[in-house]
Amino acid sequence: MVKFKWVAAGLMGLSLAGTALAQQGPVIIVGLMELSGTGATAGTNFDNGVKLAVKEINAAGGILGRKIEYTTMDTQSAPQTAKALAQKAVDQSAYVVMGPVFSGSFIVSMAETKRAEIPNFTGGEAANITQQGNPYVFRTSFTQSTAMPKLARYIKDTVKAKSVAMIWVNNDFGKGGRDSMAKALEAQGIKVAADISTDPGQVDFSAAVLKAKQSNADALFVYTNEEESARALRELKKQGYDKPIIGETTLTGQKVIELAGDAANGAVAHVGLTVDAPQPAIKAFDEKFQKEYKYKSDHNGMKGYSGMYVVKAITEKIGKFDGKAFAKAMHGATIRVKDVPGVLLDVHFDDNGDLDRESFLVKVVGGKQVVTATLPPVQPIP
Amino acid sequence: MADLLQIIVSGTAVGAIYALCALGFTLLWQASGTINFAQGEFVMVPAFVMLFFLHTAGLPLWLAFLLTCLVAMVLLGYTFKRALVDPLIRHGVIPLVIATLGLSIGVKQLVKAGVTAQAQPFDSPFPDGLLALGGLKVSYADLGTLLLAGLIVVGLQLFLNRTVTGRAMQAVAQNTDAAKVLGINVQRMVLYTFLINAILAVVAALLVTPTYLAKFDMGESIGLKAFYAAIIGGFNQTRGALLGGVLVGVLENLVGAYISPAYKEGVALMLFLVVIIFRPEGLLGRSEERKV
Repeated sequence: MVKFKWVAAGLMGLSLAGTALAQQGPVIIVGLMELSGTGATAGTNFDNGVKLAVKEINAAGGILGRKIEYTTMDTQSAPQTAKALAQKAVDQSAYVVMGPVFSGSFIVSMAETKRAEIPNFTGGEAANITQQGNPYVFRTSFTQSTAMPKLARYIKDTVKAKSVAMIWVNNDFGKGGRDSMAKALEAQGIKVAADISTDPGQVDFSAAVLKAKQSNADALFVYTNEEESARALRELKKQGYDKPIIGETTLTGQKVIELAGDAANGAVAHVGLTVDAPQPAIKAFDEKFQKEYKYKSDHNGMKGYSGMYVVKAITEKIGKFDGKAFAKAMHGATIRVKDVPGVLLDVHFDDNGDLDRESFLVKVVGGKQVVTATLPPVQPIP
Repeated sequence: MADLLQIIVSGTAVGAIYALCALGFTLLWQASGTINFAQGEFVMVPAFVMLFFLHTAGLPLWLAFLLTCLVAMVLLGYTFKRALVDPLIRHGVIPLVIATLGLSIGVKQLVKAGVTAQAQPFDSPFPDGLLALGGLKVSYADLGTLLLAGLIVVGLQLFLNRTVTGRAMQAVAQNTDAAKVLGINVQRMVLYTFLINAILAVVAALLVTPTYLAKFDMGESIGLKAFYAAIIGGFNQTRGALLGGVLVGVLENLVGAYISPAYKEGVALMLFLVVIIFRPEGLLGRSEERKV
């Protein structure tokens, strides 16, 4: 009997030690990224941004004394693969899941992380991501319903266009953007002269550009993913399109400029994040990213990086690794650059997981993004 | 009217690129009974090889192009024939079709994993700008594409019709046994066809990559459309491949401009279905009888 008591006590001790070790071991964060397929540019950049932040955070002692163990899984830009990998991330007991970046994949995969009550960050901009009452979803970029009205105002006040042709990609991201933009243009009294949908991964934009030219609109709004944006810009230049070309973040990203070459010059976009912004925290990020990866980050790299620092800030605020408490603390949270430089800009999260912060109008000049205006947050940061 | 002409010229330029690939399909089929479903990847690989010569080796475009032709002839011509086609062709068309489908997937994965999964820029060999001819404005890129593709096609036709080797190749395509009896080295003629196919793929890569961007999956669309174009024009006629390619390119542009760009990608498939139903031998093809 005495012997049994000793064995039981020993086993209990071992079990407690194991639990303590697990709590002191690395915290698992999983990235579901588009490392191949149509979203490879966006996913790779986002992933690199996360990795850089993880490296810095670990070098500074981790979060609450625990190192981050970050693993990336390739969704191949396919929603069903993303969903299966989200389940895998749940099985691995991830504390937080980063990605997917593409809205279409995220909308499918987020059900898995929601079921497991795991906070899930996305780079997707489709408006409906945060309109489904999922308390574990958080953005790293603007929602389209925030960004498009800013752009429509610019088209009316600065471009003074009366009609706009729209080329958009027919996926969740593109359709959401097209709907938000059509609504915003209507509110400004601007007519949509041509509504041109294109396919994800489309390689030939000749017909779309011809259609836009035929519409004789005063300006063109292009809302496609990065590679398609580059192809569209090349085709626009090839066909001598001479009206203003306006878009969102994906039109003037660094990778788009690299792929489109001279054809990107003159394109104007509203961007949530750009390494060319004058803020010191962004400049510092730009230098670190270039040193690490030998190329300039686009907005997706910044989304991944700042998103990871949001995870750090909120976890340290709640003082524990608890997904439920994390999600609760995120709603209504404000994180300032003076406290956490890694968030890059003062940011506020609302009850849906949408964020608000300053944004920028940029123009591509000589193969570089030039910030032409800094736009204030929709609501002042509290 | 100027719009319509512009759409037709631009469509013909795109169609000319399809035609180059479709020509490869028909040549291989006629010479050796090979249907190469990795034809699209045969365009993708030279694009990356050219990028290597351009950016890593720092060579000028013309030299990069010529060296890529050499690499393609060795890799996509000789090696493809000896390593895949020769051992499998004796088992019939189906095993070879499956093998080329496998090759297509394998090559894509190899480039994706071994080179990059991201798109890479590729500069156009032609200057920017538009040439105004009255009301018609045509880009130099379209004109250059038409000119280069036209030169290649005319050169190939001259080679096939006016040289001894070309006629020997045609003899092999028409009747292998009779060609053997006439003392033609059949295996060598077949090899020449594979080498020509490799060069056509390099030219297609040079013309299409500035628009498509160099990416591991860039060949999917062009390979499929070239296959449709070859069937539409007539799989056993080189002239058919040209007609099929141009027809697909022009119709795609017309549908995109006057109906909706959303339907553009389905044009080749629709045309393919119509031709298969009403004229299975293709628009310019001839019926073939086979003993069973």
